[in-house]
Amino acid sequence: MIRADLRSERRAGWAMTAPAVLLLLAFLIVPVILGFVLSFTNARLISPEPTSFTGFDNFVRAFTADPTFFRSLLNTFAFAAVVVPVQAGFGLVLAILVNQKIRGAVAFRVIFFIPVVTSIVVVSILWKFLYQPDGLINSFIDTISFGAWHGMAWLNDPGTALTAIIVLSVWQAVGFHMLIWLSGLQTIPEELYEAARIDGAGSWRQFRDVTWPCLRPTRVFVLITITIAALGLFVQIDVMTQGGPVDSTSTLVYHAVRMGYRQQQIGYGSALSLVFFVLVLIVALVQRYLTRDEA
Amino acid sequence: MKRKSLSMLAAAGLSAALVLSGCGRASDSSSGGSGEITMWTHSAGNPGELAVYQQIISDFNASQSKYKIVQQNFPQGSYNEAITSAAAARKLPCLLDMDGPVMPNWAWAGYLQPLGLPDDLIGSLLPTTVGRYKDTVYSAGYWDAALSILARKSVLAKNNIRIPTVDEPWTLDEFDAAVATLKSSYRTPLDLGAADKGEWWSYAYSPMLQSTGGDLIDRGTMKSADGALNGPDAVKFFTWFQQAFRNGWADNAGPVGNQRFIDDKVALSYTGVWNAKDALQSVGDDLLILPPVDFGKGPKIGGGSWQWGISAGCKNADGARAYLKFSFQDKYLTAFADSQVVIPATAAAAKASKYFGDAAALRQFAVLSQKFALARPATPGYPVISSTFEKAAKDIMSGAEVKSTLDTAVKAIDTDISSQNGYGF
Amino acid sequence: MSRRWIYLAMTGLAVFFLFPLVFMFVSSLKPDGQILSDVGGWRAFLPVGDISFRNYAGVFERVPVGRFLLNSLLVTTVIVGAGLVINSMAGFAISRMRWTGRRVVLSVVIATLIVPFETIAVPMVYWVSQLPTLLFQNGRLVYDFGWLDTYEVQIIPFIANGFSVFLFAQYFSTIPAAIDEAARIDGAGWFTIYRKIAVPLSGPAFATVAILTFLPAWNQYLWPSMVVQDENLRPVMVGMQYFFQDTTAWGEIMAYTSMITLPVLVVFLAFQRAFVSSVAASGVKG
Repeated sequence: MIRADLRSERRAGWAMTAPAVLLLLAFLIVPVILGFVLSFTNARLISPEPTSFTGFDNFVRAFTADPTFFRSLLNTFAFAAVVVPVQAGFGLVLAILVNQKIRGAVAFRVIFFIPVVTSIVVVSILWKFLYQPDGLINSFIDTISFGAWHGMAWLNDPGTALTAIIVLSVWQAVGFHMLIWLSGLQTIPEELYEAARIDGAGSWRQFRDVTWPCLRPTRVFVLITITIAALGLFVQIDVMTQGGPVDSTSTLVYHAVRMGYRQQQIGYGSALSLVFFVLVLIVALVQRYLTRDEA
Repeated sequence: MKRKSLSMLAAAGLSAALVLSGCGRASDSSSGGSGEITMWTHSAGNPGELAVYQQIISDFNASQSKYKIVQQNFPQGSYNEAITSAAAARKLPCLLDMDGPVMPNWAWAGYLQPLGLPDDLIGSLLPTTVGRYKDTVYSAGYWDAALSILARKSVLAKNNIRIPTVDEPWTLDEFDAAVATLKSSYRTPLDLGAADKGEWWSYAYSPMLQSTGGDLIDRGTMKSADGALNGPDAVKFFTWFQQAFRNGWADNAGPVGNQRFIDDKVALSYTGVWNAKDALQSVGDDLLILPPVDFGKGPKIGGGSWQWGISAGCKNADGARAYLKFSFQDKYLTAFADSQVVIPATAAAAKASKYFGDAAALRQFAVLSQKFALARPATPGYPVISSTFEKAAKDIMSGAEVKSTLDTAVKAIDTDISSQNGYGF
Repeated sequence: MSRRWIYLAMTGLAVFFLFPLVFMFVSSLKPDGQILSDVGGWRAFLPVGDISFRNYAGVFERVPVGRFLLNSLLVTTVIVGAGLVINSMAGFAISRMRWTGRRVVLSVVIATLIVPFETIAVPMVYWVSQLPTLLFQNGRLVYDFGWLDTYEVQIIPFIANGFSVFLFAQYFSTIPAAIDEAARIDGAGWFTIYRKIAVPLSGPAFATVAILTFLPAWNQYLWPSMVVQDENLRPVMVGMQYFFQDTTAWGEIMAYTSMITLPVLVVFLAFQRAFVSSVAASGVKG
């Protein structure tokens, strides 16, 4: 009876997972494997020349003869290193604000979330306008500094372009993580705060001793989702800067698409993608390891 | 090809069941024997241009009963993506239009067949509207575009700047002096169009490079960019280019277009014929259409715009040819020219055009095109050359060291060429 | 913190989050030239000057808006609907049933999250262009190769979603296991438990996944521009490209983006209460 039960449970388990697994296999794993194979070839998008296996040539090229690749690697991790803490922290601040029991909190919550439902392509076009030398952001800075500091071409300066993209990326996505934090906050029992208040804890101590420890599971989730999204940065770059100026905003995914698709070197582009997967996997595993007792 | 066989194998596994179950294969109807000829344009979102195509197609379909043209329109920004995917799936349409410099790449890849239009028809077209690759005609277009420097007569007069002519264009020194003078009354005197992206960069700036004495590639052999793109002339040009931005003569502030000239925020605008109509409307008689600057080897502008070709797999090539022949009537060329403000490909069509006729307001563009237009190099390696050039030029504009940036670009182009066994040259 | 400061902070933040969208909508009412000359000042936010709905009329001349909206609606609805069923079943099986292989499946599902679509787009084109498809031709069921230029190619690859499976698995694991056991003893099959017990208890999780899969599906851009040839099958985001001609029609772009963002805002406003409480209820865990 028990054995039959287990067998039926196993069969049912596979049956219920099968549609999702088969679709993921067909439309994610298979293309990834095709890309994996391509990355060891000199395949081109458009070419009558025969494709042949070239071993590790593409990888050697990436690590020895492609300075843009290194710059992209650096930019990708710099972007993630800033966006992950800033977006997570800002999201938490917003969540705490809209979690106050005051009138209109829901309206603010909706407003903070609106950029998330706006297409990133649209968002990138809008912000490109705002960042112009004679655009709104500059005239705003001009106004609040009483003309002391004149604006600049944010997206055209290698020193500021990536920062400009970080700001709009956080602007667009932070609402989502605000909601995730908010959900974490709302699961904290009110009694814990009451107990803390009875012990004479102020706002800060309540946050440190109650809120923060209780948000542990949420923290891991926020951390991992922001990291994965940040490492895959592409659309903003494609619409706004095309990797420039002087590679200062080129990212791994953008570089892989530029080489593999725009320059038609799909073999090389696939190799870059493969390097990307491996790096993200390592980062994810490291994060998992560091947060292992939090999960 | 490896990637083909891999996915074919997997697909074959999936479809084996279908075959075994006795299910018949669909008959090919995409460009089949029914006389239907599919045609793809890059003109979605451009009602004026589409109206002319619709006129031609309905006239052609009514003029005979053997063939029927079926049109499909794509937005320009994603047109090449659609073509590449369709080629991978072997589903190219019979008739397709393409940006001139891309044609050799597609011809080499086996997407296209020789155009096969009568010699007298091809002979009547402006040379830059005919796409030749290895001495074979693969494409032809109804029009060409041209670039010029737009200015205001009043502004030049006030600043005592000589108005250049086709016979006596500005020399580089003269131009530098003029811009420097204008800099005192304009924050940014010159709009080079650097806010744009993509093919514009090669189209607009590689003629300046050629006018200096450099080039995208050694056109004699088509096998290397060494010396052409990183020689002393190229370094000289790009140093000037970098200075123009560093000195504040030009910038790459957006958005793309000619609005800053219309608003008189810049004095000189290096821009295309497609922006001339709006400029004419707002500036009127004060508008000057000036020849490009002579950087030393005579003024140059880019030639070669959108052109038509016939795909290699087209089963109704005769019908496609009949349609193209029919479409190259002067009245249609004039209609395109007047709706899109582009230079018609034949002299007769230009005569009849309200913009490009003998005394018409934009006639000067046709003259510039005839005198100075130079096609981009007709090599299958062009897409890589162009995208490499764009990146190098942008980096230099943003302050990268000139010579080493050009050397890197040359290396990228040459590596690509040798990886494709010289692209058949 | 005093209440006044909180309001002040929140109002400042509201301005920060709304100003680009206000700029978008206000600009959609202005002619191109005025958008560009207003861009540097407060006028950019104010419907002043030459205000009209001309851009909206222009959009309809240039783009078959209705058709595109309909296509996006169809594609999005099927992706979201089918995705809810398939991904929730998988999440259920992974979180509530014991079977060999479930750990492997879970790891694979989570690993799929690290693959950005852009990096596999090209292999995917080759792949779908070889896939067999069934169709009716002259009243007979026949097969052909190649999914290009169909609704399927815009829908089927995006139904299964690792993130959705993961969220469902998380949520289902919060339902007490005793419920299943009781149902098992009553003789209920696993699918019945899923359908009659787990699903009704999991409304919030479904709302969350619905909104989270709706957004990317509605905003699909790169993929349809590669694989859809027939204008009658194109989704809304590809329509953006229609405005980038030799001269860019900025006013119409703003009008069009306002129009295609509006349905999403409406959907979100309608569901936001359920959504927020659902995220809270789903108790997202790492």
